[in-house]
Amino acid sequence: MTAVTEPLADPGAEARGFAEQAYKYGFVTDIEAEHPPKGINADIVRYISARKGEPEWLLEWRLRAFKVWEERFLPAGDPTWANIRYPGIDYQDAYYYAAPKSGNQPKSLDEVDPELLRTYEKLGIPLGERALLAGVAVDAVFDSVSVATTFKKTLAEKGVIFCSMAEAVREHGELVRRYLGSVVPYTDNFFATLNSAAFSDGTFAYIPPGVRCPMELSTYFRINAANTGQFERTLIIADVGSYVSYLEGCTAPMRDENQLHAAVVELIALDDAEIKYSTVQNWYPGDREGRGGIYNFVTKRGACRGRRSTISWTQVETGSAITWKYPSCILQGEGSVGKFYSVAITNNYQQADTGTKMIHLGPDTRSTIVSKSISAGRGQNTYRGLVRIQPKAARARNYTQCDGLLLGDTCGAHTVPYIEVKNRSARVEHEATTSRISDDQLFYCRQRGLAPEDAVGLIVHGFCREVLQELPMEFAVEAQKLLAVSLEGSVG
Amino acid sequence: MLVIDNLHVSVGGKEILRGLSLTLPAGAVHAVMGPNGSGKSTLAHVLAGREGYTVTAGTARFAGQDLLGLPAEERAHLGIFLGFQYPVEIPGVSTMYFLKAAVNAQRKHRGEPELDAMEFLKVLRREIKGLGMDEAMAQRPLNVGFSGGEKKRNEVLQLALLRPKLAVLDETDSGLDIDALKTVAAGVNALRAPDRAMLIITHYQRLLTYIVPDRVHVLSGGVIVASGGEEIAEVLEREGYAAFATTTLSAA
Repeated sequence: MTAVTEPLADPGAEARGFAEQAYKYGFVTDIEAEHPPKGINADIVRYISARKGEPEWLLEWRLRAFKVWEERFLPAGDPTWANIRYPGIDYQDAYYYAAPKSGNQPKSLDEVDPELLRTYEKLGIPLGERALLAGVAVDAVFDSVSVATTFKKTLAEKGVIFCSMAEAVREHGELVRRYLGSVVPYTDNFFATLNSAAFSDGTFAYIPPGVRCPMELSTYFRINAANTGQFERTLIIADVGSYVSYLEGCTAPMRDENQLHAAVVELIALDDAEIKYSTVQNWYPGDREGRGGIYNFVTKRGACRGRRSTISWTQVETGSAITWKYPSCILQGEGSVGKFYSVAITNNYQQADTGTKMIHLGPDTRSTIVSKSISAGRGQNTYRGLVRIQPKAARARNYTQCDGLLLGDTCGAHTVPYIEVKNRSARVEHEATTSRISDDQLFYCRQRGLAPEDAVGLIVHGFCREVLQELPMEFAVEAQKLLAVSLEGSVG
Repeated sequence: MLVIDNLHVSVGGKEILRGLSLTLPAGAVHAVMGPNGSGKSTLAHVLAGREGYTVTAGTARFAGQDLLGLPAEERAHLGIFLGFQYPVEIPGVSTMYFLKAAVNAQRKHRGEPELDAMEFLKVLRREIKGLGMDEAMAQRPLNVGFSGGEKKRNEVLQLALLRPKLAVLDETDSGLDIDALKTVAAGVNALRAPDRAMLIITHYQRLLTYIVPDRVHVLSGGVIVASGGEEIAEVLEREGYAAFATTTLSAA
């Protein structure tokens, strides 16, 4: 898989469907324009909900979120505790629903940053997909519709629900209502709360009891996943004794007109269930001088509600100008297990403040954190992790390993571990290292015939191996290529 | 094959090689012997293209081509191999993966098709067996946790896989016990060929008992102070480097 290129049988159908049902629940809104004005307020929230034909409970939930955002978070401003720097974001200067095309988008590949095009070539992205990824206005995406159809059929036979969030709200309202916001409440934080008020669409998956999902779920196969927009919402529920592996993102760098991306992902694992969530994030990082690029401010959290349940996060973060994300696990069920495997690369002027939170609530809970950060150019890379052992988490265990690799002397790697232990029988281990790619290693590889960038790629791959091997096979191969491409120009 | 003429090399402003000249014909095996600090490793590194060395005068030509302006990987592509005195560890990269990457990088450069995993494994197994090595070694991260003997054997394995035109073996005998030394020497001897020159760099005469060179050069104070046949090594064995201390040994 290389990109999120969705086959759209009739790209307008779903949108028309929403429009037709807009007033089904009798909402009145004074905004009837095709495109609401810029900015966010309660009316815009109502508009979004109405256009999607949402039930009243969801509108109310959105409005409650908006109230919290407006009254509590907005006056306080963006969170400032992370080790990232950016000019203030004007939240009233963005479109929150069906943004009209600004005209700034490239009209053909000739207008796209040539650096980006070279990257596509190196990653072997098919020609047809490059324009789409680069944000060039294209009418339709051509792909095999039959793949998605077969895929849906196989899932349906097992009772697995896998669809867009909008469809889930319509078709599986009770499930959504029960679980939405149950892991990341609408009061959670600045960006998650904004997302709760304004989320555009996203992904929903439910795995019934005892079912091992017969294939890896990926947005790649989900029709209409393209253009889910900047406020994506994902909800995955693994019922008792089920298993699912979910892949998010793609290795191709994607451009988007929206600079701010604030997604929310919620995972729920019941007794003996396991969710494996893998991400390859490669949003446009900006050019070599640090201009442009996506701000990726994401809230991801999983709840191990059931006994012996497992949630593992594996992420390869190479894109975005700024990455702010802490995929976390709430280990509530007795004997539940949380895992976090991360590779974060920052090159040029990229900034990443990422890590995890492992909240041990239940007895005999276990967590593992393996974080690998690679900094090059003027990149700044911070690992920020919290391990909290609550009083009832008897015999809880955590192992944390944070390794930083530096290329050159203008980048930075930082480790900020927070450890809170309130149960004396718990065992918490933390190891951290920072190293450089040595001249000896580079020379050794080059003496054997490897070009400098291949040598760096090889050494970096070795450095990240523990994380990469957690990825599903085909993802791992692509991720490896991606690491090499992301670090180009960082040596020599 | 290799012609070094009046080579002067400095490291950090200090001159290490001071007009070294040496000619190595195709198929020949020459030994360069010298005490610590005489410039042996500098010679090996400069030939292989390691950065951090400043050539202030002189030339080194390989198969008629000026070597000194080329980056390390291009010299490797020309067929120059350096057996490292201290093989480098690369955590997380399996030995097999590294060897395959190296072999394919060179094949690619020669316009030959790259070997896939199965083809490479076949070649690798043959060479590993020939060197009396343990196949499990190929799965371990490159040189990580290897004993001294394993590291040096791994170097010889790479020599066998890469089949260079010129092999510069830098202190291949250091850190080896006598059994390991014999195995390594046997591996090197098996690779002697009319189209492959070897430069054996060593401090001690004992390696030359097992790899018998065509010619021995004594390096001292950054220049070759004596050249000759086996008898030179024997003199060294008997009298030490003092016998050749015509230049400032202590300064080197």
